[in-house]
Amino acid sequence: MSFRAAVITFPGSNCDRDMAVALEEVSGEECLRVWHGDADLPERLDFIALPGGFSYGDYLRSGAMAARSPIMRAVVEAAGKGVPVLGVCNGFQVLTESGLLPGALMRNAGIRFVCREVALKVENTQTLFTGGYTKDQRIVIPVAHHDGNYFADEDTLDRLEGEGRVAFRYAEEVNGSARQIAGVLNAAGNVLGMMPHPERMIERAQGGTDGRALFESAVRGMVGA
Amino acid sequence: MKVRVYVSLKNGVLDPQGRAIQHSLEGLGFSGVQDVRAGRLIELEVDESVTDEALDEMCRKLLANMVIENYRVERIAA
Repeated sequence: MSFRAAVITFPGSNCDRDMAVALEEVSGEECLRVWHGDADLPERLDFIALPGGFSYGDYLRSGAMAARSPIMRAVVEAAGKGVPVLGVCNGFQVLTESGLLPGALMRNAGIRFVCREVALKVENTQTLFTGGYTKDQRIVIPVAHHDGNYFADEDTLDRLEGEGRVAFRYAEEVNGSARQIAGVLNAAGNVLGMMPHPERMIERAQGGTDGRALFESAVRGMVGA
Repeated sequence: MKVRVYVSLKNGVLDPQGRAIQHSLEGLGFSGVQDVRAGRLIELEVDESVTDEALDEMCRKLLANMVIENYRVERIAA
């Protein structure tokens, strides 16, 4: 069984290659590359990744322009049909801007760009993306962002928590995020947005392998290995 | 005609940039500044035929993020 994954590249994406390499490394299959101006996605996809970077130079708001690019209409449609979608960093911002995930990512509370490894707690392991972790497992994954301060109104936050849609939480103060939320899921559980970069923790040479289980979980979930 | 769209953070949404600006003003010796909120001004040049409803939709669909921001539309006579 093959695993067909696609990484979307927007003008200003800069983690798209890392994401593709991570997916290829874990799945053993070539990762498809899709340009933002394309109107259609390749057929029969098992996984769509929106990478980190600074799409459209963060004009207007981070992720705002990318969320309205032609390919995102196809991504929203695919997500609606249950195709797993992972958005990392700028990809997370694109997911909130496109309405696939609730809330918004605001300027870091400390104003500064934060670029370092941070500790996360895995909150929900009953998801397509996190089945390879253990409940409350502490993992270390790097962040690199200016706008990672997750905001949603209290009712939305309560709902997210109640429905197990907080996938990851920071185990330390990073950017002022509401309830230290680092990653959230959509209601159906097939869309995950997170600020930390799991694709940068795939092999030992990168300083750790804590990100690998996320991709392994997704590959296993889709090919039923 | 010219249209100005003012986008600002909703009340209750923390504005780290506004706070940093406030601290800088204090650092420059200005006293009495109780709060600073930073927003965004977007100027559009539009045909007379563009309706208020259309402008409203532009704000909701792109110019403002309704999760965290409010907007105000102002038509400026040419």
